[in-house]
Formats: sequence, C-alpha cells, structure tokens
Amino acid sequence: MFKGTIDVKSLRFIGAILILLLILPLIFPRFYIYMLALIFVTSLLAMSLNVVLGHGMIFQFHHGVFYGVGAYTTALMLSKTSLPMWLGFVAGPIAAALVGLLIGWFCIRLTRLYFGMLQISLGSLIWAIAFRWYAFTGGDDGIHGIPLPSLISSLNSAYYFILIILVICLVALYLILKSPFGSTLEAIRDNPQRCEAVGVNVRRHQLKAIVIATFFAGVAGVLFVVLEGSVFPDLLFWVLSLEIFIMCLLGGWFTFAGPVLGAAIMVSLRTFVGIFTEYWTLILGVILILLIFFLPEGVMGYFLERFRPQARELAEGRGE
Amino acid sequence: MELGQGLDLASLGSQLLVGLSRAMILFVVCAGLSFVLGVLRVPNVAHGSLYMIGAFAAYSIFRFFGSSTAGFWLALILAPFVVALVSLIAERALFCHLYQREHLMLLLFTFALMLIFGDLVKLTWGPEYCSVVPPKMLRGSISVFGSSLPRYNFFLLIVGPLVAIALWFFTNKTKIGKVSRAAAVDREMVGVIGINVSWVFAAAFVIGCYLAGLGGALVVPTVSVCLGMDHDIIIEAFLIVTIGGLGNMWGALVGSLIFGVTQSLGVLFWPQFAIVFPYAAVVIVLLLRPRGLLKSVW
Repeated sequence: MFKGTIDVKSLRFIGAILILLLILPLIFPRFYIYMLALIFVTSLLAMSLNVVLGHGMIFQFHHGVFYGVGAYTTALMLSKTSLPMWLGFVAGPIAAALVGLLIGWFCIRLTRLYFGMLQISLGSLIWAIAFRWYAFTGGDDGIHGIPLPSLISSLNSAYYFILIILVICLVALYLILKSPFGSTLEAIRDNPQRCEAVGVNVRRHQLKAIVIATFFAGVAGVLFVVLEGSVFPDLLFWVLSLEIFIMCLLGGWFTFAGPVLGAAIMVSLRTFVGIFTEYWTLILGVILILLIFFLPEGVMGYFLERFRPQARELAEGRGE
Repeated sequence: MELGQGLDLASLGSQLLVGLSRAMILFVVCAGLSFVLGVLRVPNVAHGSLYMIGAFAAYSIFRFFGSSTAGFWLALILAPFVVALVSLIAERALFCHLYQREHLMLLLFTFALMLIFGDLVKLTWGPEYCSVVPPKMLRGSISVFGSSLPRYNFFLLIVGPLVAIALWFFTNKTKIGKVSRAAAVDREMVGVIGINVSWVFAAAFVIGCYLAGLGGALVVPTVSVCLGMDHDIIIEAFLIVTIGGLGNMWGALVGSLIFGVTQSLGVLFWPQFAIVFPYAAVVIVLLLRPRGLLKSVW
C-alpha cells in the first residue's frame, strides 16, 4: 500500500530513535525500561500478525497461540532439559512456525470469518492442553523461575537483547514485505481471483505468509520469556489474540509501522492508566471509540495522511 | 489423568440431561448473537458483556424484592429488558453512525463496548461472587435414571424450546421479523421499498441483546455470577454460531446442542480435559462442513 522507499530523512529519523532507545536505560528508572521492553515484545507480536492481517487480509483470529507456543517451548526446554540454552531460544520460533504450518494447513481451505473461527477452535485446543496438563506445562500456574543465561538475566541486558532482536526482526520483516513475495501477498489481498488467474498459487502463498508470521510470533514469545522469566496459559488465551488484533487496527493495519504504534499505545495506556485507577479498560474503551469515530485509518494512517501528501494520493487511489 | 468414574447408563443419561439444559442457555444467547450477525453482519463481541449485565441485573432485581419467589420471576422478566435498554442506548448513541464503515472497524467498536461494559459492571456490582436461589417450586431435585438432577435444569429444558418457538414465530410471522430477515439478505432492496433500514437494524440489535440478557437471567441460579463470565461465554457463542451456520437460528440450536452435550459428556469421560471436547467437536464440524451445518445467510 505505502510503497514509500526509505529516504535519507526517514533513515535519520529511525537512527535518532535507535540512539535514543540505546541510551534510555542509562537515565530512566527500571519501571520505564521494563515497560519499554514489554512494548518491544508486544510490537514484534503485533507486527508479525500484521504480515497476514494487513498485508494479506487473512483473518488470523488466534495469533496469540503461536506467541504462547514459542514462549512455552523455550520455557520447557530451558527448565526441563539440560540441552544448550541457545537451542531453547532457537526451538521456540521453530515450534511456533511448525504449529503455524499445521493449523494454517487446516484453516487455509476456509475463508475470512470461517478461517478465523476454525483457528480459534484449534488454538483453544492448544490452550486447553496447556491449561490442564499440570504435569507437563504447569497447568494454570504456568512455569516460573525459568533459568536464563547470565548474559541476559539482568533487566538492562534483557532490554538490549530484546531491542537488538526486535531491530533484526523488523528489518527482516521489512525486506520480506518489500520483496516480490510481499507484493504478491498484497496482490492476493486486493484481488485473489485475478492472482489465481495469472497463475499464483493463492493458498500456498498465504500458507507461507502464515508460517512466516507465526515464526516471528514465536520470536516474540521467546523474548517474553527473556523479559519475564515465566510463562502462563493466558499467553495462549483468545483475549490476548483479540488484543493484538485490535493493536493492528488501532495503529493502522495498512501501514508497516502501524502495529508498533498500536502496541505502544495499548501497553503504555494499560501501564499508566493502571497506576491511577483499576478501571483502565474503561478508559481504553472510551479512547478506542474516539479513535474509531475520528481516526478511521488508524493512528499511523492518520499521521501518514496528514504529513505525506503522496500517501494521501495513494489512499485516494485505493478508492477510499 | 484417570478416566471418569462410574461409566454406566444412569450417569450417562443424567449427564446428557445436564448437557442439554446447558445447551438451552447457550442456545438463547447464541440465537441473539446469530440474529445480530445475520441482520447487521457485525460480529458483536460485546454480546457476552450484555449476557453478564443480564445476570447481574437479575441478581439485583432478585435481591431488591427480598429474594422472594416473585422477585425471581420479576428478575427473569425484567433483567432482559434492562439489557435491551442498555443496548438501545449504545446503538442509537454510537453504533448507528458506523454502519457504513468497514466490518473490522465495527468489530473494533464492539470490542471497545466490551471493555466499557466490563468495567461498568465492575463499578456497579463490584468483584464479588453473587448467587440467586430459585423459588421453591424449582428447588430440589428430581430423580431420573437412578440419579438426582436439579429441578431447575428441567425448567431450562422447557424454556429453551419455548424461546425457539417464539423466535420462529417472530421471524416468520411478524412484520418486523420478516423485514429484518429481508434486510439480512438484501439491505438495499429493503431501503428501496421505503423501510427505514437504520431502525430495522436498531430493532434487530436490541432483540439480539435482549436474548443475551435473557440467557444471563436464566443462567443465574445455576452458576455464581461473577466478572469474567462475559469472556467465558462469548468465544463459545461465536464458535456455536459458526458451526451452526452464520445467522441461522436453527443452526444456533444445533450448535448449542453439540457444544453443550460434548462438554457434559467430556466431564464424564475425561474430567481433566473436559474443555477439550467441545473445541474438538467444533474443529471436526468445520473440517467436514466448512460453512457450518445449516445454511448461513452470509
């Protein structure tokens, strides 16, 4: 949708943000560093969902499952086996991608809402197993006190680790979405029949996108383990999936960086409003309604439209 | 991980009845959800919250009338209307301005409503668990198949089919029901022949939410009313509506029966993983019939 190539100005902007994020742990108190790290993890999760949602128009309703599978795999490998630690970190995303392939293979033959519903029921099966299998997954208590490598066990080092992985993943996602693969995915979103006609294997292409998205969700899950040192079944619950979904819509799901913004808004709202009142979801609901009424393109979409005339033309060309 | 005890015919029969009575409550809630989905084409995530409001309202009305028999019946009748009123306000004040928007935006809106309703319930009723005792004639239990079952479950088994008949009558025999069915199929055409589609949508939304409230009021004597019951029901309701066929009332009934019965039989066969059974049933149905068991209106 927004084919804006990276120009010098945006590069400078991104560089400035990166430097700012690198020096923040030196000045900010622990609380904010933790919150920022949580925003990073959630952003990666929302970004990974947006690969299929915004760029592929696939209704991935239960994306949280893959996040949870990644987190649980790493947690189980670290706490229950004596295999090398790095293996656990690699296994998380791979397990998530495998589950993504399996669930996606079943779901892909359905479309839109039916796709989402089948995914919710399959995902709920995984949730139910994690929730009830006390002997293996710790049931509803989850797993706590996961041993982490000493290199990343302190908050600041975890922060830097998460930041580095996030940047790598975002660059990878950017390259994937700008590649012919990403363009084909967007073409399928805009007109699946025509893509089918020119010889694109639509289903297989979408399945590939799902596997990529679930892989990065698994990475986010691993990062969650690094940050929290614990896992619990709520990671696999559909409420979380709905929240990620909302983050993408809120940030602007037709933009590349929109989900990051959506995640940042949701996490910081919850944290800050949560300090003052326990009724933070009420405030969040009101803010969401205001956004729906006044910023229909999402927060990011609004800013792009406002400050980049070329983006506005693109949006008009889309017929909206 | 041991299997359930006493797998004999008697416990199977009584567990089946428990499942059927649970299915009746699910049906009442899902019929409302399905109706809204069919007419407005909006997946109403806030439906579960309206169900919760119905339950809490029934509790408050019951307590207001001194926990008497009359209070119970009044709660059953009035609580759904409270929910209908809440939904009418939400619809006319906010929702009706959004019908032209993209469907995902409407989903986002109902999600926002769910957040707001959830916290409003917390503000009004607090986080305590509440419970309601049914009147004397519905208390106690009847012995069937050699095991005793609460009388209230039999009451539910009567109410469920009554609601189904009333709904059938409403959608097939009354004008507003016919118009809303027509609007589900072709809303432009309904507008063209001079019917105010906006008000048809409002009516459909309010009726759907009324059913959510009725489900909430009916469930009150069987469970303890608490926060979080909206989360529990909404996902089940969506799955039921999907396997039944979107917007199809009889589909909601079939889906509820499948869901309720597999759930209760799961408790019998493998208590630890009882929650797995209904989800597995949904997966099987969707794999065999990707567009639901009965015809969907979409």
